[in-house]
Amino acid sequence: MIAELTEQVAWQAAASVPDPEVPCVTVAELGILRQVSMEDGVAVAKVTPTYSGCPATLAIELSIEAALRDAGFEARIDRVLSPAWTTDWITAEGREKLRAFGIAPPVTGSGKAALFASPDVCCPRCGSVRTIRISEFGSTACKAHYQCQSCAEPFDYFKCI
Amino acid sequence: MALFNALLELADDHLVLGHRLSEWCGHAPMLEEDLAMPNMALDLIGTARVLYDHAGKVEGQGRDEDALAYLRGEREYRNCLLVERENGDFAVTMLRQLYFAAFMEPYWQAGLDSSDEVIKGVAGKAVKEMAYHIRHAGEWVIRLGDGTEESAARMRDAVEELHCFTEELFEEGAAEGVDALPSRAAIRPIWQATIVRIFAEAGLSMPEAVYPQTGGRSGQHNEVLGHMLAEMQSLHRAHPGAVW
Repeated sequence: MIAELTEQVAWQAAASVPDPEVPCVTVAELGILRQVSMEDGVAVAKVTPTYSGCPATLAIELSIEAALRDAGFEARIDRVLSPAWTTDWITAEGREKLRAFGIAPPVTGSGKAALFASPDVCCPRCGSVRTIRISEFGSTACKAHYQCQSCAEPFDYFKCI
Repeated sequence: MALFNALLELADDHLVLGHRLSEWCGHAPMLEEDLAMPNMALDLIGTARVLYDHAGKVEGQGRDEDALAYLRGEREYRNCLLVERENGDFAVTMLRQLYFAAFMEPYWQAGLDSSDEVIKGVAGKAVKEMAYHIRHAGEWVIRLGDGTEESAARMRDAVEELHCFTEELFEEGAAEGVDALPSRAAIRPIWQATIVRIFAEAGLSMPEAVYPQTGGRSGQHNEVLGHMLAEMQSLHRAHPGAVW
């Protein structure tokens, strides 16, 4: 049986694509995939980049396009810049998966205040808040490097932006 | 055409500074900074790409971001002179970054209300990134300025070397009368306040009278830009239209 090519089916196909740099979460859980709609028989996915210079942006767009084609759709990707992506768009499930993967999820509430407030970052391994920032910048643009003072685990923190 | 030229100025500032920062990759004094500078370079180059793409569409002559970045000569570049300055030592690089970010953060803040959807979108992203750059570079300026005798002397030298290039940041340039873009002159008091605050903590004094160096907005650059572009553009020009 061939699945009907509806908006819902298209969303499911696109939403299941993992992020190339943080593969434990999907593009939908990260909030990068904003919307999938059918326009004249073409599945149009609206995608918002995380950072201006995120090198994964193109890879993400190509993966979503490929996933839609594999599901039988003609597909197009629209890159949407405004409103700008914020870590507030990461879903609760996405945050839990990041934590389980060993990446401290962003503390909710983005914006300039959050950016400069030295947030209470919890160690993803032992849950302690006794953590220190090692480096403003981590393995990718979206992460900073922290270390837990309780269990000594070094870990990535997904920055609030 | 005014909007196209104004977008080019903005894009060139970001690409040139981004390229300069990327030159540190593999040469930084510590691993942390070796990660930090390419990260910041990516922010800047990413912003430049969106601006070039937009400029190309505004121009309507079929030039894409690559054509604008790789196929214009030095005299056609419209970046301010500050961003093309060579990296020098770490004090020079960090001060250059602070001067630029302390200007761009309030600039993009004003850009959030732009009537141009692309500018608005870029601003939403870049305003937060620039806040990060100010914090990073600001911490270094304070650490070096308020550090050892050697680091403080280098920081003072950096101020002496770069301060004369800051005046150009506030020239309206091609953006004069372009409603879609924020006024550069209006940013001055905010920039000044940021620098004064950080300098006070760093034990640095603001230079009193400097002779402003300008000309970048009309394509009159220092020799260093030509050298930089030669390296940056050589691959693209040697293999036009090559795909990976």
